[in-house]
Amino acid sequence: MAEKPKVALYWCASCGGCEEAVVDLAEAILDVVAAVDIVFWPVALDFKVSDVEALPDKAIAVSFINGAVRLSEQKEMVELLRRKSQLVVAFGSCSHLGGIPGLANLWDKASIFDWSYSKAPSMEPGATTRPMTKIQVPEGELELPEFWDTVKSLNQVIDVDYYLPGCPPTPKLIANAVQAILTGKLPPKGAVLAGTKALCSECDLNETKPDKLLIQDIKRVTEVQLDLKKCYLAQGVLCMGPVTRSGCEALCINGGMPCTGCFGPVQESPDYGGKALSFVASIVDLEDPARAQEVLAKVADPTGIFYRYSLPTSKLGRKKMPRRK
Amino acid sequence: MNPPAEAPRIGVFVCDCGFNILGVVDVPAVVKFAAALPGVVHAEEYKYMCSDPGQDLIKKAVQEHGLNRVVVASCSPTLHERTFRRVVSEAGINPFLFNMVNIREGVSWVTEDKVQATEKAESLIDAGVRRVTLQEPLEARSEPVNPNVLVIGGGIAGMHASLSLANANRGAKVHLVERQPSIGGNMARFDKTFPTLDCASCILTPKMTEVKIHPNIRLHSYSEVVSVDGYVGNFDVTIEHKPRYINEDLCIGCLKCIEACVFKDARFPNEFDLGLAKRKPIYIPFPQAVPTKVLIDPHDCLYLRLGTCKKTCIDACEKDAIDLEQKPDRVSLKVGTIVVATGFKPFDARRKPQYGYGVLPNVYTALEMERFLSPTGPTEGVPLLQDGRKPETVGIIHCVGSRDKNTNEYCSKVCCMYSLKLAHLIKERTGAEVYNFYIDMRTPGKGYEEFYERLLSEGLKVIRGRVAEVTKAALTRAEKDHLIIRAEDTLAGFVRRIPVDMVVLAVGLEPQSDTQELRRMLNLSCGHEGFLQELHPKLAPVSTATDGIFIAGACQGPKDIPETVAQAGAAASEALSLIHRGVVEIQPYTAVVNEELCSGCKVCIGMCPYDAIGYDEEKRVVHVTEVKCKGCGVCAAACPTGAMDQQHFRKELVMAEIAGVI
Amino acid sequence: MAVVMEPPKEAQEAWEPRIVAFFCNWCTYAASDLAGISRVKYAPNMRIVRVMCSGRIDPSFVLEAFRDGADGVLIGGCNPGDCHYKEGNYKTMRRAMLLSQMLQDLGIEKERFRLDWICASCARELQTTVNHMTADLKRLGPLNWKGV
Repeated sequence: MAEKPKVALYWCASCGGCEEAVVDLAEAILDVVAAVDIVFWPVALDFKVSDVEALPDKAIAVSFINGAVRLSEQKEMVELLRRKSQLVVAFGSCSHLGGIPGLANLWDKASIFDWSYSKAPSMEPGATTRPMTKIQVPEGELELPEFWDTVKSLNQVIDVDYYLPGCPPTPKLIANAVQAILTGKLPPKGAVLAGTKALCSECDLNETKPDKLLIQDIKRVTEVQLDLKKCYLAQGVLCMGPVTRSGCEALCINGGMPCTGCFGPVQESPDYGGKALSFVASIVDLEDPARAQEVLAKVADPTGIFYRYSLPTSKLGRKKMPRRK
Repeated sequence: MNPPAEAPRIGVFVCDCGFNILGVVDVPAVVKFAAALPGVVHAEEYKYMCSDPGQDLIKKAVQEHGLNRVVVASCSPTLHERTFRRVVSEAGINPFLFNMVNIREGVSWVTEDKVQATEKAESLIDAGVRRVTLQEPLEARSEPVNPNVLVIGGGIAGMHASLSLANANRGAKVHLVERQPSIGGNMARFDKTFPTLDCASCILTPKMTEVKIHPNIRLHSYSEVVSVDGYVGNFDVTIEHKPRYINEDLCIGCLKCIEACVFKDARFPNEFDLGLAKRKPIYIPFPQAVPTKVLIDPHDCLYLRLGTCKKTCIDACEKDAIDLEQKPDRVSLKVGTIVVATGFKPFDARRKPQYGYGVLPNVYTALEMERFLSPTGPTEGVPLLQDGRKPETVGIIHCVGSRDKNTNEYCSKVCCMYSLKLAHLIKERTGAEVYNFYIDMRTPGKGYEEFYERLLSEGLKVIRGRVAEVTKAALTRAEKDHLIIRAEDTLAGFVRRIPVDMVVLAVGLEPQSDTQELRRMLNLSCGHEGFLQELHPKLAPVSTATDGIFIAGACQGPKDIPETVAQAGAAASEALSLIHRGVVEIQPYTAVVNEELCSGCKVCIGMCPYDAIGYDEEKRVVHVTEVKCKGCGVCAAACPTGAMDQQHFRKELVMAEIAGVI
Repeated sequence: MAVVMEPPKEAQEAWEPRIVAFFCNWCTYAASDLAGISRVKYAPNMRIVRVMCSGRIDPSFVLEAFRDGADGVLIGGCNPGDCHYKEGNYKTMRRAMLLSQMLQDLGIEKERFRLDWICASCARELQTTVNHMTADLKRLGPLNWKGV
């Protein structure tokens, strides 16, 4: 029997949800484990970095890496895995697009540290502790990873072969991806292993849209009794379905919540947030400037809503911080 | 979008435009810069690219260098894009593989610093080259031109245009819409015209009749255009006929009904005479009115106002033409071209209260004086004071509401000449001494200066200086019971007080008060003064930014009768040229859907003001109806994914241009 | 490095801001033609990208311009009610409202992104707009997004 393909799983700046998603494969995970040889998975198995370093280059068939990259240590690790792997799959929104941690790009290291270590309400007011990259202890000098100003997606740090979108990717898409890798039936490099059209194409509620999708008001999901059988946008609730890649089979919508866009943009989209903003502003059918402004102001935090998962990979990528004296 | 089929071989042609561009932009440096841009295989400079030799030079270069894309850097595309597209097309290249870069209106004419102008021209050319590299071959669409024409406004301009069109345009209809009950416009109010002093009616009345009887003209009097949709060659027009309460087809204009009206005396102000004469509720606007049909003013008529009247008019009408229950009636028409000839509004003299109009007796506007001087006017051609005497002295004040920072800054062009005319006629009819107060005497025009000389030799008194006020406050016995005109005589250098019996205010010409609504309905622009804007002051003086709509007469700016008629002829000829060509080219800037990508989210459908986008239930994607699409691109910007795009303005083209200009 | 230092004084003086202007064909581009015909001079910092209607302007174009190095972006369209395509400019208005908010969230000062209704005969207004915007940008200094 031929040697089983080696697989690595790693996490960078992430919440752990993607790891959960792997476990959520349930019984199917047994088939996966039977088919492959997991050589590295810090969350679940006790392998060391030195074990990976000891492998010859390209020894790993595929590395699934989730989480955004925001520490020097994460960069080192993903570079190592890149070297040792034939394929690298960016796993989940953070790795694919920057994800929720990417919203930290609305600040920088100094402002985040300022808040977290000094200004945030604390049991220890006036604390001045700051993380440092080097510290002297009796045993010698310790080195800690550096915290970056800017959060990055995986492909902004290393070359990525495929992307599994989602926060987290659905079990079905994970299983499909694994299957494709095992059988070698892979699409061209760089492909996002999900749908190609936007989510409306696979949403059951699309049929319920009126001929002209125009709204007079914007409502938060908490402000209305959503009719679960009618397109949420048509009810004035922001749903990112039209601007978001399909493949999740409208999980959230079927669960009574509008799409928040974790699958990111489709291939041709010039910019996820730009397009999301454009379509929302366009369908708000108001001509009076004051009224339009009033309704659009209900898009509380447009940047957070339209770039919820993709700020690092957007055209502008981050906030330009005010000048410091 | 698909990448270009063959490697780009771009030619860049930079125009000096004489010294217009060359004087500010370092053209040789720009040519050198362009030659080094990716994809450019040939770049050259020429004095006038749009000239025949310039055009030949492009064609020759296409042959010699095997060019497959062309950039011309010269004037605005508004001016010569069509010219160069034709040239490129004649050279065997698809006209949409051409791009025009504006370095004259956009650079040399608006920039002082030569270095910065050159740099700006270079970056625009860089953008133009990047754009043309990605442009796709396209085909312009042809649509037939409906030969019917709509003419809005039945003054001298509208009538002249209608007749020119009707005489040439066999079988097709000219729809002339006039909102007043009679055509004729302001000219119908005049007695004589300058400088020849020929009788206005004698020129105008035959024309009015000709309009009425012309088989190719359908006159919609007492009517308004309420909506215009569509585009060049294919406009859909709705006209509303206001109720005259008379069946126009039956009325023969015998006027017996007017005699029979229960109001024995004419007691309502006659609009045509500017309220100087009175009429009954049932009336004709003036004796030579066309159509010669009576009408009833619903605000004055007892029956229409109160619902009770003996209705003696109905008994008097032998033709049973009176219909007191008449309602407004709308008709829909299809026309291919539109001539706008809506004329002007006289300046409201009350806006210059220092001249006493509406407060002091015997202060009139020039148009009112025209009525006094008319043999059919309220005083049958002899201007009289309110006490019935003939005036012994009359002052004419020029530039009322013109050349004035507080009202209108522009010169109304006709006032000097008509004031001289009025001076002559007042002297002739009353023997009065006439003073003209002017700022500058502006008499350019054939025979105009000679007319001024003639007036001076007739003893006209002219005083150079803007009038400060007209007052009744007499300081001397000689001023008592007179109107005193106080003005600085800027030639003599002191302030004069001239006592006169009557004052005539030479009011300026303003845009009609509903020009803005008209402009919106027709998609036209207005200049700062509010007059309709021509496409180009010299090259397209009667065309507008909306293809197929032409403007003539004072709606475009103050002008006299000869100029108005000349413009009306020009507008008619522009319309005819379109009609005779028979087809119009529609730019292929339409929206296109990438069905592979379209999720069928339907956002774009609600964006389109022309209902050009529909949903295909079977394929579950949207589709564009090309003939309905006007090419604005709103849907492409709104599309949440990029599946919808606009031909010739695809996102890649715009992005390439952005990269180029930075 | 996200901490932006003040550029040296002399560099600031030599620097000229770059404005990318998206103008609709019927009103604001026509105004720019009229400015040319009337020889109304204005600051040379603006580069016009012509579109048929301001409603064609995808907010992504504005983002692209800033990313590529524009110091300011100006959108010019027909006055409300005057759109050549009936209502395209209302969409532009609403997109600009949200976009302006988003750009400010991303640290791009309000003055760097403008939407102005400039009619076909408004050559003087165009001049004022461009000159004012150029002056505002000179005061703000370079945006230099590539260095962010």
